[in-house]
Amino acid sequence: MKDKKRIDPFFWIAIFSTVTVVIFILFPLIEMVVQPSFQDLKETIQDPDVVRSIWLSIYTAGMAGLISFIIGTPFAYLLARKEFPGKKLVESIVDLPIMIPHPVVGIAILGLAGKNHWLGQIMQQVGIHIMGTVTGIVTVLTFVGLPFYINTVKTGFEAIPVRLENVSRSLGASLTKTFFRVTFPLAWRAMLVGIIMCCARAISEFGAVVIVAYHPMIAPVMIYERFTAYGLKYSQPVAVWLIVVCLMLFLLLRIFSLPKEKEA
Amino acid sequence: MPHVVSSFEDLFFTKREGSMIKIESLRIELPGFVLKDVELSIQDGEFFTLLGPTGAGKTLVLESIAGVAPITSGRIWVKGRDITHLPPEQRGIGIVYQDYALFPHLSVLENITYGLRYQKADPQASKKWVRALIEQLGLEPLVRRSVRYLSGGEKQRVSLVRALAVNPSVLLLDEPLSALDPNFREDIRDVLKKLHQEVKITFLMVTHDFADTLFLGQRTAILNRGKIEQVGSVSDVFERPATPFVAEFVGMKNVFPASFEGTKAIVDGLELRLEMPPGDRKSYVAIRSEDIIISKDRISENGMNVVQGKIADIIDRGLFHEVTLKTGKVAFKSMLSKRDLFSLNLSEKKDVYIAIRSSNIHTF
Repeated sequence: MKDKKRIDPFFWIAIFSTVTVVIFILFPLIEMVVQPSFQDLKETIQDPDVVRSIWLSIYTAGMAGLISFIIGTPFAYLLARKEFPGKKLVESIVDLPIMIPHPVVGIAILGLAGKNHWLGQIMQQVGIHIMGTVTGIVTVLTFVGLPFYINTVKTGFEAIPVRLENVSRSLGASLTKTFFRVTFPLAWRAMLVGIIMCCARAISEFGAVVIVAYHPMIAPVMIYERFTAYGLKYSQPVAVWLIVVCLMLFLLLRIFSLPKEKEA
Repeated sequence: MPHVVSSFEDLFFTKREGSMIKIESLRIELPGFVLKDVELSIQDGEFFTLLGPTGAGKTLVLESIAGVAPITSGRIWVKGRDITHLPPEQRGIGIVYQDYALFPHLSVLENITYGLRYQKADPQASKKWVRALIEQLGLEPLVRRSVRYLSGGEKQRVSLVRALAVNPSVLLLDEPLSALDPNFREDIRDVLKKLHQEVKITFLMVTHDFADTLFLGQRTAILNRGKIEQVGSVSDVFERPATPFVAEFVGMKNVFPASFEGTKAIVDGLELRLEMPPGDRKSYVAIRSEDIIISKDRISENGMNVVQGKIADIIDRGLFHEVTLKTGKVAFKSMLSKRDLFSLNLSEKKDVYIAIRSSNIHTF
């Protein structure tokens, strides 16, 4: 008790690790943003190809988020509320896209969509094309983004006491009405965060997209192409613009999803 | 509290006879817990309490009536209708939880009126009824408020009004007093008693507190480890426990296995005279600690069992002292106030007389 003020060595270890991690993440990014000249940045954003690719990146990632929201929400609810045999297995299946190497995802999806597969034949007859199309990009982005949406929203649902739903049912509301009157209003923030997570993951995807659709070109593919063709100096400005636009979008959504002061 | 619409009953209730809730061999199997063959019959308009320690399965019984717990086997009838497989929203059963379970995104009024749109009853009559309830529980000043900033007592009032607003045939109460501060507890306890008298709805309350049961309950069932140990009127269970568990649960500190001869009970060699011969198949005696009298002088044996004993132990329990008395191989526990302890000048190892009135010895 004598030297009360003596700080435990773990405190210094924690400080050291925090500083290391923050520098490790921020330093390369800041350097990249600072290195291109203002002139380069201005020229780059005036290039219609660049604008188109960034727009395509945001559009396809947004679609992946929307699709995840539609097909992932009921599933996340089921995982949060029900115990069933094989639940652990289903949960691991959801996590699979996180672990599979990205090009493998692209190859797997192309394998289904090709002429040699019955599904691919049906899809082509209906007019759905995966190879080199926006549809193909959205498909792989949904594939890689879905687990992030489902896991986030599942946690959000779990945070809502099941007793609220029990009371709602006892007051006469059906399961569906209970979902829309109680569960959804309490979980929409988690859903928005889930969509952000899913979109963020989708926007950063390169490996899977480059196999399914080199063209039309999403921003990461364009950055890669400019890097291999012209080098660092030409790829950096595109990267900077992608980062800036994405940061702004995510920041906006994030602010929107924060609880208001009053309710906190 | 202002008196409400003089004719609650005329508005909504016609006199119903017979059992309101009937549970037949209800069984629920969960990992690590089994609720075994519960049989219950609760009368219309009754205030029934389900009493038991934590983990006895009380809430599970409640939730199976509400339709939100998975039933393994058995049947549940409400108002003569088999509701075993009905979804919760078609059962017409209200539920009030200990943690209130108010919808946090809605105001007090929105919480209260949540279920009204699913009501088949005349909307005008419903409105009148809800207004009467709000007035009865003094919630008018709060109706526009968010439920987040209410006190525990206020939250529980809102929760009660919300459940009663849809005019359920049964109100289930899951430890409605447990989460409240002591001053709100008594308040809500009074509210519950008054409400039950006024609305004439069947109340089924789960509690682990025998004091709540004594104050509120008309009949009670004691649940222990997923099994009902005894069902009866509250005074019956209090005075004539049927099992050692119930005896201890209702505060009988002295429970002994005994053999019986005529009007005598023999506990570990100690003979105790009873008021009358016990019935068949009795194997325990139980005595409340407050019925064990300690005296320094020999008192007359008129209707009393008086034996010599020694004080083995005195424990300070705050409001009273628990005194353990030994006579032969038997140890009795008695309660004394600080003043009595002082005036009797008792201390450990002292010789005293122990007196027990024959009529205070319970057999089962």
